[in-house]
Amino acid sequence: MSPRLTLLFEQLPDLLGGHLTLAVPAIFIGVLISLPLGVLCVKSATIRGPVMSLVSLVQTVPSIALLAIMVALLGGTIGYWPAFIALLIYSILPIIRNTIVGLESVDPAMREAAKAVGMRPLQQLFRVELPLAFPVILAGIRTATVWVVGIATLSTPVGAPSLGNYIFSGLQLRDWQRVIFGCVATMTLSLVLDQLIAVIETSIQSRRKTSLALAMCAIVGLVAMGIVPGVLGPEAAGFSKLQEKENESEKSDSSGPLRTTLEGQVVRIGAKGFTEQFILAEILREKIEDAGGTPEVLSNMGSTIVFNALAKNTVDVYVGYTGTIWSTVLKETDPISRIAMRAAVAGRLYDEYGIVLAGALGFENTYALVARRQTVQRYGLRQIGNLTPVAKDLRIGGDPEFFGRPEWQRVRNLYALSDITEVGMDSTFMYQAVADGQVDVAAGFSTDGRIEAFDLAVLNDPKEAFPPYDAVLLLSPRAAKNRDLVHVLEPLLNQISVAAMRTANRRVDEDGVTPRVAADSLLNE
Amino acid sequence: MHVPAIELVSLTKCFGNSVEPAVKSVDLSVAQGEVLAIVGGSGSGKTTTLKMINRLIEPTSGSVKVMGEDVTNVDPVGLRRSIGYAFQGVGLFPHMSVGQNVGVTLQLLGWTKDSIIERVNELLTMVDLPADEYRDRLPSELSGGQQQRVGFARALASKPQAILMDEPFGALDPITRDALQQEFRSLQKKLELSVVLVTHDMSEAVLLADRIAVMHKGEIAQVASPQVLLTSPVNAYVAQLIDTPRRHSDFIESLLHGKASGGAR
Repeated sequence: MSPRLTLLFEQLPDLLGGHLTLAVPAIFIGVLISLPLGVLCVKSATIRGPVMSLVSLVQTVPSIALLAIMVALLGGTIGYWPAFIALLIYSILPIIRNTIVGLESVDPAMREAAKAVGMRPLQQLFRVELPLAFPVILAGIRTATVWVVGIATLSTPVGAPSLGNYIFSGLQLRDWQRVIFGCVATMTLSLVLDQLIAVIETSIQSRRKTSLALAMCAIVGLVAMGIVPGVLGPEAAGFSKLQEKENESEKSDSSGPLRTTLEGQVVRIGAKGFTEQFILAEILREKIEDAGGTPEVLSNMGSTIVFNALAKNTVDVYVGYTGTIWSTVLKETDPISRIAMRAAVAGRLYDEYGIVLAGALGFENTYALVARRQTVQRYGLRQIGNLTPVAKDLRIGGDPEFFGRPEWQRVRNLYALSDITEVGMDSTFMYQAVADGQVDVAAGFSTDGRIEAFDLAVLNDPKEAFPPYDAVLLLSPRAAKNRDLVHVLEPLLNQISVAAMRTANRRVDEDGVTPRVAADSLLNE
Repeated sequence: MHVPAIELVSLTKCFGNSVEPAVKSVDLSVAQGEVLAIVGGSGSGKTTTLKMINRLIEPTSGSVKVMGEDVTNVDPVGLRRSIGYAFQGVGLFPHMSVGQNVGVTLQLLGWTKDSIIERVNELLTMVDLPADEYRDRLPSELSGGQQQRVGFARALASKPQAILMDEPFGALDPITRDALQQEFRSLQKKLELSVVLVTHDMSEAVLLADRIAVMHKGEIAQVASPQVLLTSPVNAYVAQLIDTPRRHSDFIESLLHGKASGGAR
C-alpha cells in the first residue's frame, strides 16, 4: 500500500468512530422522538398540521446552514452537540412521514378486528397497528439512516470529527485520493448500516431471533467502537484532566519547580479549512506532542465558529489573523497600521473575551488580488486601481466568505469596483480558474504557494484597502493560564517568515506532501 | 323461562348528520342456544345492528341486553371479550401465528401461558385443524376454508355464550362453504351457542337459522322461522327475498325429475 493510503487508513478508526457516534445515536433518538410523534399525528389532526409543517420546513434548511445555526443556538458551542442535534432533526422527517403513512395504510378491517377481539386502544396500537405498519416505518428509518450518514460528513466544519474530514481536507489539499477515500468510506458505512437494518427487518418478520440479535449487536458494537477512541471521550475526560493539571500547576506555582511537561494533558487545536491552517495545526501538534501532551486537531472550522470555541475554552489554541479578527470579530471597518492593529486586537480580545494573543508568528497572510500575465498585459494592470475602468467586463473569483467580508466591501468602494462580477468558488479551484482565464482576477492569499506555481501577478494595493493580516497565536482564557502550554508554544513566536510559509504551502498544494511533512521540514529549518 | 341471550330494545342508529336513521327502532331477541339470522340487502342496516350488540358501533338510542343485563353502560372492551365475533373476510391478524390468533382474547383476559396453549390446542382440534401441525403457521399459509376455521376457533376461545357472525362464509367456494356450514351447525348445537348471523344469502339463512329477521331500510320487516317466512311473508319485499331459495330448490327438483324445460323462472 502506498504511504499516502496508509496515512488515510491510520486516521480511519478516529474519523469513522466520530462519524458513528454522531450518526447512530442521532438516528436512534430520532426514532424515539419520531415514532410517538407520528402516532400522535395519526390520532390527532390538530397536532398533525403544525408538526408536519414544522418538520418539513426545517428539512428545507440547507444542511450546512442548519449545522451552523445549531452552533449559534447552543451559544457558540462547537463539536459534537450542534452536529448531533442537526442530524437528529434531519432524521425526524422520513421517520415521522413513514410512521403516518404506515399506520394509515393499515386495513380498517384489521383495526376493527383488533377492537372486536377485545383490545383496548393502546393494545390495538402496539399489537396490531404498529406491527402491520412496521415495514413502512422501517423503510423510513432506512431513508433517515442514509441521509444522516451522508449529512454527518458536514459536521467537520463545526468541529466534530467525521469522515467529512477526508473530504474537506482533500478538497483543500487538492488530494482527490483523500476526497474519494472519504466518499467511499461514507458510502460503505451507509450501505452497511442500511443492510443491518434490513437484516433486522427480515429477521423480525420471519421470527429469526438469532440473526436479529446478531444485527442489533453489530450496530451496538459499531457505536461502542466509535465511542472508545471517539469524540465523547476527550471532551468529557480530556478537559477535566486539563483542568486538574491547571489547578495543580497553579497550586505548585509558589513553592515547587516550574513544570515544563504536558504529560497527560489534552490540548485542542483549532484550524480553519485551508492548507496553511493545516500546516500550522501540524506545527502546534508537533510541539505539544514533543512536550508529552495529547494534541487533538479540529480542522476545517469556520472563522466565527473557531473563534467562539476559543472564547468558550472548547478550543485551546488557534492561529488567527489580525485583519480577520479586526473585521469579523471586532466589527471594525477602517484598517490601521500593522503594529497598531496587533496591539489593538490583543487588547480588545483580552478585555472582551479573555482570549490571549501570545504573539505574532512572523508572517502576514493578507488578501491579494492576483491575475495571470496575459490579463495583466491586456489591461495594463499594475495595481487594483487599474481594474476600475474595465470592471464591468471582468469576473473576480473568490471564496464565498471573501465576498461577504467587510474588506471586500472596502476594496470595492475605494477602487469603485461595484460593476465587477463576483464568482464564488472554493479557494482550491480559484488559482486554477484565474490561470486558465475562467475568471480574470482572483482574491488569493499572499502566502499561497500557488501564486508562484501558476505564475500569477499580485496587484498592488496603494490605498491600503486590505487590512494587515498578521498570523498571531491565540490562546483560550484557560490555556493562557496553563504555564506549561505557554512555555511549549512560546518558541514559535516570530520564527516563521513569509517565504518559509509560502514554500510550505506550495509543497503541500503542488508537490503533494502531507501537511505534517511540510510542518516537519518548516520546524527543522 | 330462560332470559334471552341477547335482547335489543328499540335500538336506533343515526350516522353523522343524515336525517334518515341507518337502524330504526329495532326490537329483537335471541333465545339461549338459538341461531338468529339477520337478512337484507346492502344498506338495510343488518351489519350496523350486529355491531351495536358488542358496541363496535355505539347506538344513538335504545338498549342492548346480554343475558338480561343492560350493556349500554358497561366497559365495551370487557363486553367484546365475552362475546365471540367471526368476521366478514375472516379478519385474522397476518403477523400473528394461528395459535396467537386463536389465543389473542385469552391473552387479553390474562390467562396463563399454559392454559392458553391447552385451550388453543383444544379449539384447533374442535375445528378439525391438528394443533401440532397448524399452531405455528401464519394465516397466509392456510387455505380460505382453514382460515375461516381459525376464525371460528378464535370466536369460541373465551367460551362465550353468544357469537356474532358477519357473512362468515361469504368468501368461500361452494364445497368448502357447505362443509363449514354443516360443521358450524353441529358445533353450535353441541355447545348450545346463541348466535346472531348476518348474511345477504337467503339460502344460507334458511339452512342455518332457527329464526330469520328480514331487515329493509333500517327496519325489521318480519321475524319468523324459515317455514313461516316461506309460507306467509308479510309483504312483497320479504316474499321476493324468500322466493330465491324456493326457486333454486324447485329448479333442482325439476331437474331431478327430468322436467328441466318446465320454466324454472
